[in-house]
Amino acid sequence: MNIVVVGLSHKTASVDIREKVAFAPTQMEKPLKALLALEDIAEAVIVSTCNRVEIYITTRDIAGGMARIKRFLADFHQIPAETLEPHLYTHHGEAAIRHVFRVASSLDSMVVGEPQILGQIKTAYGYAAEYKTSGIILNRFLHKAFSVAKRVRTETKIASSAVSVSFAAVELARKIFGDLSDKTVMLIGAGEMCELAAKHFITNGVRGVMVTNRTYERAVKLAEEFEGKPVPFEDLFDQLHKADIVLTSTGATHFIIKPKDVEEVIRRRKMKPMFFIDIAVPRDIDPKVNDVENVYLYDMDDLQGVVASNLQQRAEEAKKAEAIIDEEIGQFHKWLSNLEVTPTIVALRSKFEETRKAELEKTLAAWKDLPPDGAKRLEALTAAIVNKLLHPPTATLKRAGQGGRTDLYIDAIRTLFELQTGGSEAEELGELEE
Amino acid sequence: MNALLFTLTLAVYLAATVAYLAYLVKPREILGKVSRWLLMAGFVVHCAYTVDRYLEAGHTPITNLHESLSFFSLAIVGLYLLFERKYRIVILGSFVTPLAFLIMAGSTGFPSAIMPLNPALKSKWLMLHTSMAFLSYAAFTVAFGAAIMYLIQQYFLKNKKLGPMYQKLPSLDVLDEINYRCLTIGFPLLTFAIISGAIWAESAWGTYWSWDPKETWSLITWFVYAALLHGRLTTGWRGKKAAILAIVGFFVLLFTFLGVNLFMSGLHSYK
Repeated sequence: MNIVVVGLSHKTASVDIREKVAFAPTQMEKPLKALLALEDIAEAVIVSTCNRVEIYITTRDIAGGMARIKRFLADFHQIPAETLEPHLYTHHGEAAIRHVFRVASSLDSMVVGEPQILGQIKTAYGYAAEYKTSGIILNRFLHKAFSVAKRVRTETKIASSAVSVSFAAVELARKIFGDLSDKTVMLIGAGEMCELAAKHFITNGVRGVMVTNRTYERAVKLAEEFEGKPVPFEDLFDQLHKADIVLTSTGATHFIIKPKDVEEVIRRRKMKPMFFIDIAVPRDIDPKVNDVENVYLYDMDDLQGVVASNLQQRAEEAKKAEAIIDEEIGQFHKWLSNLEVTPTIVALRSKFEETRKAELEKTLAAWKDLPPDGAKRLEALTAAIVNKLLHPPTATLKRAGQGGRTDLYIDAIRTLFELQTGGSEAEELGELEE
Repeated sequence: MNALLFTLTLAVYLAATVAYLAYLVKPREILGKVSRWLLMAGFVVHCAYTVDRYLEAGHTPITNLHESLSFFSLAIVGLYLLFERKYRIVILGSFVTPLAFLIMAGSTGFPSAIMPLNPALKSKWLMLHTSMAFLSYAAFTVAFGAAIMYLIQQYFLKNKKLGPMYQKLPSLDVLDEINYRCLTIGFPLLTFAIISGAIWAESAWGTYWSWDPKETWSLITWFVYAALLHGRLTTGWRGKKAAILAIVGFFVLLFTFLGVNLFMSGLHSYK
């Protein structure tokens, strides 16, 4: 059985193509069942996110399977096959395994290391499991992919640093304040960037939000949105000491916060640290504010510098991740190739044969008054029993082999008779519940 | 037996120090665990050594520089292990364990033979006075470690040098909290050590206070930490200022402990 991957991603297709082939998450039953109805496709999983659409199948016929999936994608979304063709990539065998492991580990993501993709694949697998379109191979395959992704996450620092300006700000705040749950953020001015950063602080648990704006109505409106408290602009310096984190983004052309203001404020706070984030260009806060004791000031350039160095770090960590994936591919590939009929029959036969020989030798060694042709007759008897017993499973396997769905039988036989397989089952099951 | 326990303690502390420094370079969870287990093992052996010496000598083994340094180191390790349990900041060990090891190693520089107890020291106050003093020293040593970390981390944050070391160090807030916690442990202990010393002095020497160099310097140390505690509680000497004072305090303390004994003669020099 072969694993085949057909898909497109942000690397091969622009958004106008991607949105045309995306599958609606609530209506996965129809496409999944349609895939299984195609000729010689034993299992199917569809992964559809805003950055990629990928179909994983198992089939006996690699080229035929790929062609059928391509046609399916075009037909299902009613796009001419020629339009779609240049954007599609296909993988099979080891390359397919590597591809899916890399995607799950977020090495193929637009922002390497972003954590969403793993959840998205888990959801996709959930649909396939629900509609029973994934079977023994894809089940095992995706569980393996999840455990590889988990290994990459814990053993490398691929996702350990912020790669957006607002996340970088939250992370810096954590290094200053530790716990954010008793901290207050103050927004001065408005603007998309500023609001986004404020939202990040709120989702990361800050206690209070204060909003001020030259236009008081805007402050009130924004404060409502964040369930915070509006502050009249004139009262800024009367209220500033209550804020631990200050986000500024006003349209002012001169500095609105100067070192001597901050010195005053910090004294009122009994020297409790403050974190100023100046997102405005031109800047709102005099850079000399950074020199005030226990005050930390970061402007847009500083934050972008943080992001740039984090991205570089991720690229280095990605190399370590590739090495982990290389290691895991071998193991899974071995298990997969064991799922073929012939090696299984050979393994089963030799297991029986070994047992028969061992038991026979024990009996012969202990049998003192054995008749002269006894050994020969016992040999014939035991061989006949083993052959008779092995005939039905062998025949069934061979027959099933022509039909397509042998993997279930093979896996059952390998498990029941303890024929060696790659990797342990227990380690990978239970991954999905997380 | 006693010498063996001592050597074993020193060896395990060295191993723990190496492990904690390795953790500083590569903060792997397993390395942190190994470090902690080594240090705990060292602590147990060190306790055994101290108890064994107590039994052998028949009095609290804090009567000369060798014993004092060893007990100082024991107190640091014990207190640090409690802090690690509470705050789960393994990297603090990378700064504190080397100090404990160096102090322990320093004790080998002084004669270790068990001498008959100086008659002036034969008192129930010996154990109380000395152990309080060294427990307070230990608290201030942990504060010193946290203060060094604070200054490094705040330098990184101020200058936007957010390299790997910045990633490894904990938040300023927790370092400042450790500093404060150590102060609230160390200061009452030091106060108590000084008071118990004065009471003891009255019964042994006939006067509460005789401006012996050790007494004078203890008082100076006490004032430094009193100033820090006061500043913290009233005008908000926190963060950088608190860290610097904790470092200054630690050096004054070292002088009170070692400098006075090594360079000045007085009632406290029992060599």
